[in-house]
Amino acid sequence: MRPFEYQRATKAQAAAQMAGAGNNTRFIAGGTNLLDLMKLEIERPETLIDISRLPLDTIEQTHDGGLRISALVANSDLAADMRVRRDYAVLTRALLAGASGQLRNKATTGGNLLQRTRCYYFYNPAMPCNKRDPGSGCGALEGQNRIHAVLGGSPHCIATHPSDMAVAMLALDATVEVLAADGTERTLPLAELYRLPGDTPHIETTLQAGDLITAVVLPPPLGGRHLYRKVRDRASYAFALTSVAAIIEMDGDTIGAARLAFGGLAPMPWRDRSVENLLIGQKPSPELWDAAADALLGSARGYGHNDFKIPLARRTLASVLSDACAEEL
Amino acid sequence: MHITLTVNGAEHALELDPRTSLLDALRDHLDLTGTKKGCDHGQCGACTVLLNNRRINSCLSLAVMHEGDEITTIEGLGSPEELSPLQAAFVSHDGYQCGYCTPGQICSATAMLGEIRDGWPSHATADITASPELTTEEISERMSGNLCRCSAYPNIVDAIAEVAEGSK
Repeated sequence: MRPFEYQRATKAQAAAQMAGAGNNTRFIAGGTNLLDLMKLEIERPETLIDISRLPLDTIEQTHDGGLRISALVANSDLAADMRVRRDYAVLTRALLAGASGQLRNKATTGGNLLQRTRCYYFYNPAMPCNKRDPGSGCGALEGQNRIHAVLGGSPHCIATHPSDMAVAMLALDATVEVLAADGTERTLPLAELYRLPGDTPHIETTLQAGDLITAVVLPPPLGGRHLYRKVRDRASYAFALTSVAAIIEMDGDTIGAARLAFGGLAPMPWRDRSVENLLIGQKPSPELWDAAADALLGSARGYGHNDFKIPLARRTLASVLSDACAEEL
Repeated sequence: MHITLTVNGAEHALELDPRTSLLDALRDHLDLTGTKKGCDHGQCGACTVLLNNRRINSCLSLAVMHEGDEITTIEGLGSPEELSPLQAAFVSHDGYQCGYCTPGQICSATAMLGEIRDGWPSHATADITASPELTTEEISERMSGNLCRCSAYPNIVDAIAEVAEGSK
């Protein structure tokens, strides 16, 4: 690990200001991903700003009946919160499908959103990677790409975003609160936090230097049936090959409301409103699931080892929709 | 950097490079070698310790971030003369072969039983609003962050189930 200067922040504004003024600084909270990458010298910050003691560890009801999750709330605390278990079950299920008990105790809400891809080439400094070393090429395009993206990739990068939590939050229409280095605060939809790789895969989010995520806000409870289905290489403690977060509300015998988000398929948590619009007002049927999968995967592209993800995503979506619309689970 | 760490109830003044992981601080600076280094990347669970009674991977945490926290290692759970209930159950159920993952397994299981008492659901819980039952499937899922290359899993699960049953 490269040497760094360690600073402990006691105020959020001071932390953002420090990070905005510094050269190559990183915030550290749970550290479960950042320290892993620092050991491999993939992350080489000159300054680490310890934000773990900031008072950002509460889950509070918002004025309109939603939930404001402060950035330092541990994944385990968020998953165990009874309001989340009852009203946002898709989020608890997604959190519990990710990582291990030990990691969930440390990993934070803000850090989970900003975790880096687990692409083998990104993780191996001996290999080319446009995300780690812009301009060096992408080893995955014609290499070992079993875990890589089939949607949203570019000729420069096909790495996937690894979070389960963010997939559920995207389906829930979450927004993100950000404090900037100059003290201004802003709120953006979670979907606008992430960027597709294009020709700059090293720029993964719309955050600027010094920006500090302070909270994720969930809208008032959406009702409906909440499912999170994750398909992976082993039954626990593995990243998604594909995952589906679904919030489905029936209106009699037709689908009244549908929210869907996908993990493991793209460089960011993936949502496609055309898939949802196609389901609303329709009666559940295998033909409808096929049409939904066609809409989702029309532009999907495999790169060899990951070709299987396209039929896998199709079947996982059909299975989830079928369960979500069933009279009894 | 000069820091004070509280480990197994005792305070220790240490002079550490900020890069020192909590795991290396315990093993190399405090001679608490019960905590094991397996992968050093948060993938195996051999380094599991309790931080304010919660299980964490000590390899993925900086020692300098833990001033004022209470850290408990396998040495703090019991002693050869006075084993903790889980330590005794691992012995009586032969919950290991080489033993390298055992301190991490026992620290992890100690905190995991606390999570059950606190009513935390898991990926294996059908009704996530209900209090969880500690079935074999639940134990396996909740302990998935601790790998055992000797694959002593059946006996590890039995040891944990016995202690869970006894503490009801």
